[in-house]
Amino acid sequence: MSVNVTAIKVDNGVNVEALLEARAALTDAPEGARFKWRATCAWVRGTHSRSTVQGFYGLGAEQSRKKTFHYDADHPEIFAAEDNGATPVEYVLVALASCLTAGIAAVAQNRNIQLRSVKATLEGSMDMQGILGIDSDVRNGFDDIKVTFYVDADATQAEIAALVAQSQRRSAVFDIITNPTNVRVDIAR
Amino acid sequence: MKAPQRIRAPRAVDAVVVGAGHSGLAMSFVLAELGVEHVVLERGEIASSWRHERWDSLRLLTPNWQSRLPGHRYTGPDPDGYMTAAETADFIADYARRISAPVRTGTTVRAVRAADAGYVVETDRATWRCRAVVLACGAHGVPVVPAFAARLPRHVRTLTAKEYRNPAGLDPGRVLVVGASATGLQLADEIRRSGRPVMLAVGEHIRMPRLYRGHDIQWWLEAVGILDERYDEIDDIVRARRVPSPQLVGSPERRTLDLNSLAEHDVEIVGRLVGLDGSRLLFSGSLANHCAMADLKLDRLLGRIDAWVTEQGMNDVVAPPERFAPTRVETKPRLTLDLAKERVDTIIWATGFRPDYSWLELPVLDAKGRLRHDGGVVGHGLYTLGLNFMRRRKSSYIHGAEDDVRELGAHLVQHLRGARPRCSAVEPTESERQRPRSCAWNLL
Repeated sequence: MSVNVTAIKVDNGVNVEALLEARAALTDAPEGARFKWRATCAWVRGTHSRSTVQGFYGLGAEQSRKKTFHYDADHPEIFAAEDNGATPVEYVLVALASCLTAGIAAVAQNRNIQLRSVKATLEGSMDMQGILGIDSDVRNGFDDIKVTFYVDADATQAEIAALVAQSQRRSAVFDIITNPTNVRVDIAR
Repeated sequence: MKAPQRIRAPRAVDAVVVGAGHSGLAMSFVLAELGVEHVVLERGEIASSWRHERWDSLRLLTPNWQSRLPGHRYTGPDPDGYMTAAETADFIADYARRISAPVRTGTTVRAVRAADAGYVVETDRATWRCRAVVLACGAHGVPVVPAFAARLPRHVRTLTAKEYRNPAGLDPGRVLVVGASATGLQLADEIRRSGRPVMLAVGEHIRMPRLYRGHDIQWWLEAVGILDERYDEIDDIVRARRVPSPQLVGSPERRTLDLNSLAEHDVEIVGRLVGLDGSRLLFSGSLANHCAMADLKLDRLLGRIDAWVTEQGMNDVVAPPERFAPTRVETKPRLTLDLAKERVDTIIWATGFRPDYSWLELPVLDAKGRLRHDGGVVGHGLYTLGLNFMRRRKSSYIHGAEDDVRELGAHLVQHLRGARPRCSAVEPTESERQRPRSCAWNLL
């Protein structure tokens, strides 16, 4: 058995230098920090729809990806639907989970913490009396979201707790869910 | 050391200090020591804001023994007590008398602008020409209040922490206190004790016990060196400067004030107030995370104190380490409050302050209206004092003024002598350089 005394470089696959450079560059040029994220959606049939994600606007220009992503959304059969995809509210959980997980990886890289595995389970509870119009005092959306992270990393429990806390502090989706946002829905003519 | 003497028209001095609070007077003391001819201009009386802009029960967050300024210190009978606002004003006024500071009271500065080789300071009385200006007018000029406050229903009375005096001045119904700094917690506590129902909206905050291991927490912060951490040693100074004041209260019984103790007295703790939708106030769902972060930071701070105690071999002479119960957050804190349905008589904004620079006719503010400065050096011969974490973590405290005014005073003299001091002119001392970078309570 040999003892390796050289420091092992932490690699979570996150290019923190690039992120920090981008932060510095955008501090000096705040207009480049104005991004617009986009999706399109087309009704298929029943409650089934297909959404598409391709381009976005950022760094002062239109940006496009190498690939186009498609997402089918539908409702389960107990709603008399065909179950062609996750329900829209499940996409919200997916968005929250992936945003927090990406945040944990980036923060861990920045703090020199090697991650071995990060897993999360999410549960959003909802009272269907809201969307079914049975009780107007019940809200439509989630009344509670529970996220549990299982993190295996070269770090103390307190450091892991700090990672998870900081990922919430810097998460776009956490902010979108916890704080109100103006939403305007127009009809194109 | 004598500054160069020049023949000048009347109302010309080498330096003008704006504001006769503790930091302006401390600078005056140092300038006098250095032989710099100067005046201190004060809109009201000395320590004006301590007499007229504080609530009745306010006491300093720092113990009396820590109340010290260059050439002056607390010598009263109660070193472990906490001064009231009036006692603080007296302490500062005594200082002004004792050092014979050249203060012009009742003199409001209307404008500061650049003039050849210096500045012109225009007041409601006279105009001064000078080669250096020190902005010591405090960080608490203008209360920061969210824009939607203007859209609140008329039956809700709103007050800033500057306007609030005592519970008796409030209507009898429910009070919403917005902000979880020392101010927000203290107001929520005393208003609740007056019998009124109270809600407290809580965002990012700093939790601290009053006493730890037998000493005032301020004693530990000073002893461990946390208060001396410099602005140029901190990883994210912009963030560190935004940190709200720690949740402390200076009470005769030296009690700890935190969200748990408020909850025990039936103060309803809700998330950060983020908006108004029609008549509904909206609170963030991030309360649990904000509390978890504050608990983690507190544990790190206490861990750092414990490590220092061990390093100093002091474990036998101080009380044993202690950890505090995590902040209890209700499973489902409320997210909305409909002002049309639920009665709220008063909203108090304990949401912080920003300095008032409306009279500063110089290109020294950033896009957000904040003063650009490098450790208090704003520009050639232009300085500021007393801002949060300006040069050190203690910069905004009374006892934090001395190191800052000594360094900036020396910088100012160099400027008057015509030397072009480097912008961050005052280098860290060797011991400061050797101290490891740290992240006590501002950084996760």
